[in-house]
Amino acid sequence: MYKNLRWKLLIILGVTAWAVWSFTPPSTKVKLGLDLKGGVHLVLRVNTGDAVKVETDTAAEQLLEALKTAKVTVTASRPTSPTTFVVEGVPQASDQQFRTIADQQVNTAYEREPGVGGSYTFRMRQNIERTTREGAVTQAIQTIEQRVNPDGTAEAVVAPYGSAGDQIVVQLPGVSDIPRAKSLIRSMAQLQYKLVEGGPASDEKTLLSPHNGQLPADFEILPGVSGTRGDTSRVFYLVRKVAAITGSDLRNAKPSLDEFNQPAVSFTLKSDGVTKFTRVTEQNVGRQLAIVLDGQVRSAPVIEARIAQAEARITGSFSQQEAQDLSLVLRSGALPASLDYLEQREIGPTLGRDSINSGLTASAAGLALVTIFMFAYYKGAGFNAFVSIAINLVVLLGLMVSWGSVLTLPGIAGFILTIGMGVDSNVLIFERIREELAANKGARQAVAAGFDRVFITIVDTHLTSLIAAAFLFNFGTGPIRGFATTLMLGLLSNVFTAVFVSRALFELQLSRKPAGARLSI
Amino acid sequence: MRIFTNPNYNFIKWRWHALVLSALVIGAGIATMIARGGPPLGVDFEGGTVIVVRFAQPTGEDPVRRALGPLSAEAVVQQTRGSAGENEIMIRLPQRQGLEQGASLEADAQAVKDSLTKAGLPHEVRSTEIVGPVIGQDLKRKGILATLTALGGILAYIALRFRPSFGVGAIVATFHDILVTLVMLTWFNYELSLNVIAAILTITGYSVNDTIVVFDRVRENQRLMRREPLEQIVNKSVNQTLARTVITAGATFLAVVALYLFGGEVLEGLAFTLLVGIVTGTYSTVFIAAAIAIILSRRSAGAQAVTQAQARAKRV
Repeated sequence: MYKNLRWKLLIILGVTAWAVWSFTPPSTKVKLGLDLKGGVHLVLRVNTGDAVKVETDTAAEQLLEALKTAKVTVTASRPTSPTTFVVEGVPQASDQQFRTIADQQVNTAYEREPGVGGSYTFRMRQNIERTTREGAVTQAIQTIEQRVNPDGTAEAVVAPYGSAGDQIVVQLPGVSDIPRAKSLIRSMAQLQYKLVEGGPASDEKTLLSPHNGQLPADFEILPGVSGTRGDTSRVFYLVRKVAAITGSDLRNAKPSLDEFNQPAVSFTLKSDGVTKFTRVTEQNVGRQLAIVLDGQVRSAPVIEARIAQAEARITGSFSQQEAQDLSLVLRSGALPASLDYLEQREIGPTLGRDSINSGLTASAAGLALVTIFMFAYYKGAGFNAFVSIAINLVVLLGLMVSWGSVLTLPGIAGFILTIGMGVDSNVLIFERIREELAANKGARQAVAAGFDRVFITIVDTHLTSLIAAAFLFNFGTGPIRGFATTLMLGLLSNVFTAVFVSRALFELQLSRKPAGARLSI
Repeated sequence: MRIFTNPNYNFIKWRWHALVLSALVIGAGIATMIARGGPPLGVDFEGGTVIVVRFAQPTGEDPVRRALGPLSAEAVVQQTRGSAGENEIMIRLPQRQGLEQGASLEADAQAVKDSLTKAGLPHEVRSTEIVGPVIGQDLKRKGILATLTALGGILAYIALRFRPSFGVGAIVATFHDILVTLVMLTWFNYELSLNVIAAILTITGYSVNDTIVVFDRVRENQRLMRREPLEQIVNKSVNQTLARTVITAGATFLAVVALYLFGGEVLEGLAFTLLVGIVTGTYSTVFIAAAIAIILSRRSAGAQAVTQAQARAKRV
């Protein structure tokens, strides 16, 4: 009898050894979730409309530029919504030429609709709008990834989130300086060089008085700090709207020191950036060039002479940390669109530690209580239950680590529920064996009948629980997912331990006893 | 050791009493919920800010309220459950309009921290949770969807495995358990959070689980006791599985009690929900699921008898 017993025991030993091997040593192999490690979880929304608007603004400007070059005069080319712009006052005589130029410049992305009196409306094509929005989210993810994890070593997660298509989840385990992390993520890092047309002045009115109080169409007013060191009062500059140099011309940025030994940020330009820079400085000697970061004038040095080198510098009142962060965000590139925070969860490191401790205590206490109960109620068979539940927990941990899933606090609760499920299956079997014994069957027949009859019920109960856990997995994020994964893997390993391991243990005991011996259950 | 040696309780006799008792509890609970304007929603679904701070010295709720000043008008200030020495306080603020623009989501959280520092209460922030309206709505929708689809999936499985009257019995029992759990959460002032929803979904699995064990036994007994009326078969099956039902529930209950006692503040809601779910799941298995199955079977059996009688009448 039980001729396969040796093989069964070998399989059990092998599976257990594999599980133990896969999570040893636990301190490095078992990945802890944010709720156990401490850290921050953020959900951000990328305002993809920004990227669409930039696209339309650029298209309107490009078309105007091309028309100027071709000597076609129009009264205006201006955006009317994030996805549309109009060109007005196209002369009847050059209508054909205008259409040709417009087709060359923007036809791939915009549909053209003629209006009255030589006006045309350009509407962004829907597929272009969609790819622009998707591209903005992808680019934002890459940019944020580079900012929060510049060396690629941290366990940071930056990923798309939810079904709306414009949300991003950022998880930073073990990060303590959350305000800094948030400002790193949010910083637009839009660097621009703009020619100064007036200022600095203490208010906007003074700037506009040479222009009869009207803001010229291609100018804008930007706030900034006065160039004098130590003076932090707010001033305004009148600058050209079109930037001479932008962040996309940057090659690299790094923290450095200025001539007063104060922290600054140095950067180098790409070769076409250098060409542009040389041209601008050559044509505008004696004028001021404003260095604008995220819509703020950081400084506005006077161009002394033509500059033909790739190196430039941003100075201003930085701390060492600020200079470092600024060069990091400049290196990572500008965000394609602004970000809003939708959700923020922070778990302090002490709470994480306490949660680990209480989770371990609860698991140990749960296992102890259940074991005492099973020994008291089923005596010898209680030992089988204990062994099969213990192997269940070991296999579960092994599966989780191999699966690459993260242990969260609800996941620990999942472990405790797995203890419950293990007990459930064992009780189901033991009660059935008792019934069969009561019906005057021999120990061996009773054990065999108990396992065989109950098997279908165990499959049923596990399948329904699996269905519930699968939906839970689909619904959840972070911790809840950890819970669902633990439950599902726990159910799988429980089928193995309750049916296979527990039966092998009974058979092992029976094989050492003479036929007809009584069973301790 | 054993409990219930050859039990032979007449559970089916008590089916109407059980149904009335459950209806009363659920009715009263729903009345409470309506009086309070819906089930108690936590920050996950309703949005808002929750900060848990630990003070260096035992600090009651009142000094914290005073420190918060004007903020305290809208704030809920509560000592966390199981916090020793009154030094851990939870502060919850409702959601505000326009909070999602830019960096202002954490304006309230920052204001709380600042006012505590200003009031000279040295503290450590244990956790901060801020949920804006977009995510709150999203989670609410997802939570309802997950619960309904999970129930649908389980129903489909049961429909495949058992005859309809039993499937309906199992589902009614599961709904019963969800409702009773919601009622208990309301009465004991636990808020619905993501963790609690997870626990409720786990209970649906558990409750059906329990019911299936009984129904599987009914199916087995139907083959053995062809002549017995269904009532008797079901009653016998419930009695035969009674020891298993009670012992399993007892052992799982013990494990979850450990979770409730030692699992810490974060898991308390989850553990409480599981405790309630285990008790009501066991009760509904014994009293509700089988009762509904019998009531429904009888009705269809009665209808069958009528059509058979009619057929006979025609033949004559």
